[in-house]
Amino acid sequence: MKDVAQLARLMQGNEAIVEGALAAGLRFFAGYPITPSTEISELLAERLPLYGGKFIQMEDEMASMAAIIGASLAGLKSLTATSGPGFSLKQENIGFASMAEVPCVVVNVQRHGPSTGMPTAPAQGDVMQARWGTHGDHAIIALCPASVQESYSLTVEAFNLSEKYRVPVILLTDEVIGHMRERVVLPQPGAMKVIDRKKPPTGLEKYYPYQPGEDGVPSVANFCENYRFHVTGLAHDESGFPTTNPEVVEKLINRLNDKIMEHVDDIVLSESWLTKDAEIIIVAYGAVSRSAKKTVKEARAAGLKVGLFRPITIWPFPEKEIAALSRQAHTIIVPEMNLGQLKLEVERVTSGRSKVIGVNKVNGELITPGEILDAIIKL
Amino acid sequence: MQNKVNKYLRSEMLPHIWCPGCGNGIVLGALTRAFGLLDCDQDNTVVVSGIGCSSRASGYLDFSTLHTTHGRALAFATGIKLARPELKVFVIMGDGDSTGIGGNHFIHAARRNIDLTAIIFNNSIYGMTGGQSSPLSPLNSKATTAPQGTLERPFDLPELARAAGATYVARGTTYHANMLTQLIKNGADHKGFSVVEAITACPISYGRRNKMGNGYDMLLWQKEHGIPVERARKLEPSEMEGKFAIGELHKSDAPEFTDIYERFIDEKQINHREAKKA
Repeated sequence: MKDVAQLARLMQGNEAIVEGALAAGLRFFAGYPITPSTEISELLAERLPLYGGKFIQMEDEMASMAAIIGASLAGLKSLTATSGPGFSLKQENIGFASMAEVPCVVVNVQRHGPSTGMPTAPAQGDVMQARWGTHGDHAIIALCPASVQESYSLTVEAFNLSEKYRVPVILLTDEVIGHMRERVVLPQPGAMKVIDRKKPPTGLEKYYPYQPGEDGVPSVANFCENYRFHVTGLAHDESGFPTTNPEVVEKLINRLNDKIMEHVDDIVLSESWLTKDAEIIIVAYGAVSRSAKKTVKEARAAGLKVGLFRPITIWPFPEKEIAALSRQAHTIIVPEMNLGQLKLEVERVTSGRSKVIGVNKVNGELITPGEILDAIIKL
Repeated sequence: MQNKVNKYLRSEMLPHIWCPGCGNGIVLGALTRAFGLLDCDQDNTVVVSGIGCSSRASGYLDFSTLHTTHGRALAFATGIKLARPELKVFVIMGDGDSTGIGGNHFIHAARRNIDLTAIIFNNSIYGMTGGQSSPLSPLNSKATTAPQGTLERPFDLPELARAAGATYVARGTTYHANMLTQLIKNGADHKGFSVVEAITACPISYGRRNKMGNGYDMLLWQKEHGIPVERARKLEPSEMEGKFAIGELHKSDAPEFTDIYERFIDEKQINHREAKKA
């Protein structure tokens, strides 16, 4: 066993995503060049073939999303990476992956928007797009790393959740975390748990690919492995074939939602820091949570009882945790590099118990600790 | 023959959803017979389709089948084929599906020369949505979105495929059903991106509006306007006016994409091991 100092490396966030994906068993990547996610593509073009994996630069973002769904159905763990404009283009096929329950991971390194915005500047404007970007009610999981180390571990987690629940998982990072370099200590190979999709039992006389298990998740076989079956984005019954039967469709759409919402305790990750006695709570995620940590330190030094709650999983939203905090804190501050997207969720969950104040910045610059502190001082 | 090919159909899913007089069933029949000629292994073949009338065909075929999103069938199929090159992959699309919303994927699949067999059901119209003009609707033909006739020139699909890099390009019709079977079979035997355009009739949404009669009349129209390529090549352009060549239109040899990638992986791994030793 090498000692930790030897294993420590200086690494960029996007690079850590690549390492995490490979540790999770990634074998297929399809992408299209877009700032600030391109390093992920470039590194995987080099690395994947060494693992016997496949890399392809597709003709556009829609094709990249389609190709990873195809590869995943063929049995390979699949990834694509993009930023806001590309994320918008992928939405239709993200919906397909939700409906057809195809495991896959989509990295969105958020940049300023709308539209082309400022391609090299950070933002957190895709919080709601990650949740509701594709049409129709659907399940989704989105994870938000706040460090390079976490870019690695949450990528592994993203694959695990995707395989376990057969759902597209969004790694919703941002330009600051994606391009920042800091010290990381990668776990030894095999140190992190890796989950593979469950397979159906062999030898079934009649196979229902979309029959859910007790956990609400079906055991869809990989293509050309023991069973022949149909996969469609149309509403379908447990056989996988289209149906318009209202009862069957109602059950399907509810199951797609319930298989995630009934497992929030397994899925939702968060970090609480100095919240125990806090009267003011900052709810911050991604790069902004780093500023918020500094704010807490400064506020504490000034004798203010301030704590930080950091949603790591932002979808499903950590409702229970934030509802509990709203019973102790008179004020919740939500700093975001958008005009208040996650704040809407905080307001919904706190039901007026705490005052909810946003600190918002949409000029392509990271929110500073001082800006959050100012909001506290103004209270 | 019938017994040999019936196994390729999910007979429990029939009857199909297509309208009376629609030619799609004939294309499906030709495809099914081609599977028979190929002695296709159902457990190592994937059929991918897009969205539209034609793309419902995947549901009737007993393989691993994938009914995707509009225009994207080739991109899904590219993922499957690159992930597992040992699988045989067929892609079923319509004219609007493959050359309108999916036009970009079509030319890029051709450019890569990836080993997929694409069958385009060309009925000259968006049928599922009720008869809007497509990029393959003939100039001046009527559609719900072109009530006075289309103002735009159509693509010549085989020319588009060939120019983009497809290495097998053929065109058949539902009248020449046996030829169509053979063209699909030859396309599947060819290593590389194969395109088979199947001219099929949509009497309800296209024929009716363009006064082409019923399904039977439209079959006769195909008989009169489809000229075997050997003969077509000898005719003057003026003699081919309004007509189209059928048969194998283009065939060439070029390296196939997944083969190239597999070799690339091998070389990269060898180089990596040697670099490590050094």
